[in-house]
Amino acid sequence: MPAYVVRRLLVSVLILLGVSFITFVLLYVLPADPVRQIAGRSATAETVENIRRELGLDRPFIVQYGRYLLGLVQGDLGRSYLQKTEVAELIASRLPATLLLMLGAILAELALGLTLGILAALRRGTMLDQTLMMASFVTVSAPQFVVGLLLLYVFAVKLGWFPIGGYGTFAHLVLPALTLGILGSGWYSRMMRSSMIEVLRADFIRTARAKGLTRARVILVHALPNAVLPVIAMIGIDIGIFMGGIVVVESVFGWPGIGQLAWQAIQRVDIPIIMGVTLVSALAIILGNLLADLVAPFIDPRIKLK
Amino acid sequence: MTLASDAETTGAEAHPGAGPAPGQPPVLSVEGLSISVRTEAGLKPLVNDLSFTLRRGETLCIAGESGSGKSITALAIMGLLPPPAVRITGGRIRLGETDLTALPEARMRTIRGDRIAMIFQEPMTSLNPVLTIGAQLAEAIRAHEPVSRGAARARALDALRAVRLSQPEHRLNQYPHELSGGMRQRVMIAMALALRPEVLIADEPTTALDVTVQREVLDLLRDLQRDTGTAIILITHDMGVVAEMASRVIVMRHGAMVEQAPVHRLFSRPEAEYTRQLLAAVPRLGQGATREAVADRPVARVEDVVVRFPLKAGLLGRTTHHVHAVEHVSFDIRKGETFALVGESGCGKSTIAKAMVGLVPHEGRIEVAGKVLSDLDGAGRKDLRRHIQMVFQDPMAALDPRMTIGDQIAEPLVIHGIGDTESRSARVADLLARVGLSADQMTRYPHEFSGGQRQRICIARALSLQPDLIIADESVSALDVSVQARVLDLLRTLQREFGVAFLFISHDMAVVENISDRVAVMYLGQIVEMGLRSQVFGNPQHPYTRRLIEAVPVPDPAHVRPPSPRLTGEVPSPVHAVGSGPVRVRLVDIGGGHMVASGDPAPALSAG
Repeated sequence: MPAYVVRRLLVSVLILLGVSFITFVLLYVLPADPVRQIAGRSATAETVENIRRELGLDRPFIVQYGRYLLGLVQGDLGRSYLQKTEVAELIASRLPATLLLMLGAILAELALGLTLGILAALRRGTMLDQTLMMASFVTVSAPQFVVGLLLLYVFAVKLGWFPIGGYGTFAHLVLPALTLGILGSGWYSRMMRSSMIEVLRADFIRTARAKGLTRARVILVHALPNAVLPVIAMIGIDIGIFMGGIVVVESVFGWPGIGQLAWQAIQRVDIPIIMGVTLVSALAIILGNLLADLVAPFIDPRIKLK
Repeated sequence: MTLASDAETTGAEAHPGAGPAPGQPPVLSVEGLSISVRTEAGLKPLVNDLSFTLRRGETLCIAGESGSGKSITALAIMGLLPPPAVRITGGRIRLGETDLTALPEARMRTIRGDRIAMIFQEPMTSLNPVLTIGAQLAEAIRAHEPVSRGAARARALDALRAVRLSQPEHRLNQYPHELSGGMRQRVMIAMALALRPEVLIADEPTTALDVTVQREVLDLLRDLQRDTGTAIILITHDMGVVAEMASRVIVMRHGAMVEQAPVHRLFSRPEAEYTRQLLAAVPRLGQGATREAVADRPVARVEDVVVRFPLKAGLLGRTTHHVHAVEHVSFDIRKGETFALVGESGCGKSTIAKAMVGLVPHEGRIEVAGKVLSDLDGAGRKDLRRHIQMVFQDPMAALDPRMTIGDQIAEPLVIHGIGDTESRSARVADLLARVGLSADQMTRYPHEFSGGQRQRICIARALSLQPDLIIADESVSALDVSVQARVLDLLRTLQREFGVAFLFISHDMAVVENISDRVAVMYLGQIVEMGLRSQVFGNPQHPYTRRLIEAVPVPDPAHVRPPSPRLTGEVPSPVHAVGSGPVRVRLVDIGGGHMVASGDPAPALSAG
C-alpha cells in the first residue's frame, strides 16, 4: 500500500507537468493580450512594451514556460499581473471556502443520490421509482445557474429560510452546496439504483435471505456495501466535475472561493492566477481519485492496490 | 455443542440409505403443489400437482433436467420464490404441523435457516464477498437464537470444525475469495447445519465442483446426516450422485413428477419411459466403444510448452512470482482423432488451448498444420485459424445475440474471403443440416434456440472453415445429460464425415472415456499420465489418475466403493517465486506408448 501511494504520487507529478504545459500553451496562443489589460486603453506603445519586457512576456515561449516551471518546483506560483499579490497567497486565502463548498456538495449529493437510488431500486417498477428516475433526469439535465437561481428565488427570496448570498455560517452554505450537489445526486441515484438492482439479484443475497435474516439486514449489511462500490469510484471523478460548476455557483451565490478568483482572472487575462487555479484544481482531482481508490479496499477486501 | 458430538444421541435412530423410517410422521410433506409464473400470455405453470413426503434421516433426491421445476420446488419450500411473478397457485407445503404456504413472511423468516436450511449450486457467488466467513456464520446463528456475539462466534467455530475445514480459527477471519470452491461449499454447509435444521435442501451442491472435491462434499453430507438425522432433499441432474446419495428418488420433467421410487428400484426397474431414457443417456465409465487405430500424421504438435503468468509487486512493479499454468507439456494430435485433456480446475488444460490458438504467449514449440506458431506474423496467424477452431463451454455467451445464426456461421468464411454470398449461404445451409438443424432457421437469432441447439450452432460455425483441428473446451459440460449424449454423438459423426481432429478438454472422466481415442491427464500444469483411452482408463497407473477415476460417482446404487481414505486437503498452489518452480515430472513409457509420470508434482498425492 505505501508503495502504491508513492507510485501514484509520482505519476501525479507527471500529470501536473502535462496540465501545466497544455494550459500554458493555450494561454500563450490566446489572442487576448494580458499586457493591454494591465496597461489600460490609454497607454502608449512604449509603456506597453516596457510592461511586456518587465513581465518577461517578450521572451520566446520556451523561456517563459521554463521560468514558470523553475518557480513552480520552488513552490512559487508567480505574482498576479493586476493585484500584484503572490498567487499562492491568493489561492490559499480562497481555498478553504471552496473546499468547504465541495465537502457540502459531496455530502448533499451522496445523501440525496444514495437514498433515492436505494429507494427506487427497492420499489422498482412502481410509480415512486418512475417519478424518482424522471426527477433525476431533470436534475442531470438542468444547467447549474438555473438550479441556483431557482433555489435562491424559492428558499431565499420567497421563503427567506436562507441568506441570499455570502459566506460565514452553515445557513450560507446550504443553497450553494445543494446547487452543486443536485446535479451529482441525479447521477448517483441512477447509478445506485442499477447497482442495487444488480446486487439484489446476486446469489449471496439469496443466501442471506435463506438464513432467515430480516429484510433490513439483508439490504443494509449485505446489499449496500456491494452496491456502493462503483459509486465510490465516481466520487473521485466528481471533484473534476465540481471544478467546472464551482465557477458558476460561486458567482451566483457570491461565494468567495477560487472559482470566483478564476472567473475574474479569466476576464482580465491574469495568466499566473489562471495557471495557479488550474494546477490546484488538477491536484484536487488527482487527490480525490487517489482517495477514492484508497477507500475501496476497506469496503471490498478483494480489491488489492498494486 | 458440536454437530459431531451429537452422534450418539441421534445416530441410532437415523438410517441413511435405508429408506423412510416407517411409523414416524413425515418432517415435511408437499401436497398437490402447483407453481406458476405470470407472463404476458397469462399464467404459465412451472410445477404441476407435485406431492411427496420427507422423513427424518432420509435423503430424497429430486432428479431432472433443466426446466423440470426441481429448483423452483426447493425455492417454494424455502418461501423464496421470486416475487411477484412466480407464486404458488395450489397445494400445501407442511413442515410438521405448520402450513408454510399460509405463513406470513415474518413467520416464514423465523423458519428459514432455522428449521429448513438450503445450500446452493454456486459456492463461488453464494457467500457475500465483503463479509468475513465468521461474520456470515455468526449472523445466521444470531438471526434465530438470542446469543451473544462471542457465543455465536464459538458456535461458528464448532460448525466449521464439523465440516472438517482445515484451520477453522483462521477461516473465521478470512473472506470468501481467499477460499477455494470446495472450502466455500463447506462453509455453506456449516452455515446451513449450524442450527440443526429438520430439513436441508441442497440444490446441485456439487455441480460446480471438481470431481474429487465433489467426492469430499458428498462424503461430508452423508456423515453429517448420520450424525444429526437431518432430512435432506438433494436436487441434482447427475444420476451418479443420485445413486450414491438417495434413499428415495423423484424424477421430474416439465414441472411434473414422472416417477417416484426407492433408489434401488429406480435404477434396476425404472417404470417410466423418460427415466429409462435419462438413465441410458448417462455417460458411464467403462462404456467407451473401441475404435480403429488412427492415422499417424499429426495435425498439431505441442513440444515442451511452458505458459507462466507474472505476478508483480513492489514500488517498481517488478515480477516477484509466476503462476506456473503450463509446465513443459508435450503431446501431438493426429489427423481425425479425439485427444482429450482431462484434469481439475486450475490444472492448465484450458491455458494450453489458448496457447494453441495464440491467445496467450508461450515458450516452447507449438506446431499446427505444419506451421510453427511463434514464427507466424499477423497474416500467418489469421491464416492459421483456417486450420484450428474452437467451441467453448457456454453456448449462450459464445453467440452474438444481435446477429442471425446464419450470419454467424458464415462469418468465418467472410473473414477469410471464401466464396460469394450465394455459395456461403449454401454452405451454411449444408452445415446446419449436418448438425441437425434446418436451413430455414438461418435467419433466426440465438435466443430462439435451446442450449443444446446453440452448441450445435457453435459447432457448425467451427466447422465452416473445414479446419483440421477443433478445440472443444468443456463444450458439453453445461448441457443436460440427454442433450450431452446427442451432442457427443454428433461430434463423432462429424469426425467421420470431415476427418477433423478434436482436442477435447473436460473435467468429466466419464465423458472423456466416452469420446476420446487418446487421453492426457493433467495435474498442476503438467501431464502425469498419457496414452490410449484403454490404457489410461483400463490400467491407470498414476495415483492422481486413479484418484480422479475413483472419485466419479457411479450411476448404480448397488456399486460398492472400494474402501479408500477420505480425501482431504487442497490442491497445492501453482504460484512460485521467481527462480523457483514446481518439481518437474518425467514421463516414462511403461509399454505401448502408455506414458506415466515417475516424479511426482505434489508429493502428498502418492499418499492418497
